[in-house]
Amino acid sequence: MNINVKTTQTTLLVGLIVLGLSSCVTVKEYQKNRINDAEMELSARKSEKFEQNFYLYREGAAGANGGKSGGGCGCN
Amino acid sequence: MKKICISVGLLLSLWRAGYGQTVDLPAYEKRRLSLQEVNLVSGYYQQDGNNSAVTGGIGSEQLTDFAQSIDLVLKATDRLNRQHTLTFDMNIDHYTSASSDKIDPLTVSSASRSDTHIYPSIAWTVQNSAKRTTRGIALSYSTEYDYKSYGINLSFAKASADNNRELSLKAGAFFDTWKVILPAELRPEGYGSGAHGDRDPIDYKPRNSYNASLSLSQVINKRLQVLLTVEPAFQQGLLSTPFHRIYFQDGAETVERLPGSRLKLPIGLRLHYFMGDKVIVRAFYRYYIDDWGMQAHTINLETPIKLTSFVSVSPFYRFSHQSAVRYFAAYGQHKSTDTYYTSDYDISDFTSQFIGTGIRLAPPGGLLGISHWQSVELRYGHYVRSTGMVANSLTLLTKLK
Repeated sequence: MNINVKTTQTTLLVGLIVLGLSSCVTVKEYQKNRINDAEMELSARKSEKFEQNFYLYREGAAGANGGKSGGGCGCN
Repeated sequence: MKKICISVGLLLSLWRAGYGQTVDLPAYEKRRLSLQEVNLVSGYYQQDGNNSAVTGGIGSEQLTDFAQSIDLVLKATDRLNRQHTLTFDMNIDHYTSASSDKIDPLTVSSASRSDTHIYPSIAWTVQNSAKRTTRGIALSYSTEYDYKSYGINLSFAKASADNNRELSLKAGAFFDTWKVILPAELRPEGYGSGAHGDRDPIDYKPRNSYNASLSLSQVINKRLQVLLTVEPAFQQGLLSTPFHRIYFQDGAETVERLPGSRLKLPIGLRLHYFMGDKVIVRAFYRYYIDDWGMQAHTINLETPIKLTSFVSVSPFYRFSHQSAVRYFAAYGQHKSTDTYYTSDYDISDFTSQFIGTGIRLAPPGGLLGISHWQSVELRYGHYVRSTGMVANSLTLLTKLK
């Protein structure tokens, strides 16, 4: 049987996301001491700022990580 | 210009969407604008390799860069109890590059042997707790010797009633201009070098970039939260670098030529998990595809470990693989009949790895007894690319609150 690898990867990813979201529980504000920890913030760290810049120049892929996705500099 | 006006108008109308709804006025808690946070970031970056695009895919890629950044965060609360945040961000970096000196090897100092890149930005966000919305607008400017950019970014976010889910929309545009500096031997008669004092004319070409971003964050449980981001981007204009040389199979020479548009689609998934009481796992995966034939997979894993209540270390590892754009070929491999050609190894097929660690100190009473000096973080990373290029990066972050 000829299995399309890309289709399988996409199905797995979507499946994992759906499974993850469906297993959500309601977390009250007073239960968020860990979620609200500075290291848990859902963004790149400030100390990664210049690293994201050099990825933008030295690699072709960019975006979806909190940094630029192109433009604003003479980069890729 | 008309296109630019239409784009800005569309972005502003998106930002305005949502106004006009009635609001239940909460208690009056107006607070004046005050400085909340200052972040100082200093960076040193150094790289070396042997695939410079300036010399057609061969030659030194040696480069050093010193970067400085300061951002000021100011906050205020208005009569409707909305929190306004103003962020001023000023960045300067200065680099010296061996390959840029080859643009014009006949002169003592060529146009881009060293350069200073200055890029300030200002952002304003308004957070309405009653409606659980956040709106924002940001303006940016960037200038290098041969490149200028004006940027605008608008954002809107809406959180769920329990604040465990947030949907965020962003739209942005950059309106950039290249100063077309050509390699010395490829300049037409009477074409300027771009150097200071040279009165010969030189071309300027536009490059415009538009991007949109859709993000969904979700708290899964007390220890785990995820963020899914889809960020399509479209670029048009001069997308090649005008001083990158190309050497054909027949020995002829020209400058890099790439299509006038590029559509990019990155999809990122971030997962942060608090393990036990001391370890946090920050995982990030990105799939990327564009219409130049490039596909890429990037994985980043960082694990901050809280050694004590005020000292933490953050080892990290990043792996990335990208395929080459279909217009790439090495030095002397392009055919002169090709329509597009590049020997820029930054968009070639390669695997890269970045490994390092950070250490963060954040004592409860402030550093060295200075209560406003909240934390300091030192971060080092070593980058290797399968093309042979290596780089080192050192960053120092100081936070004042």
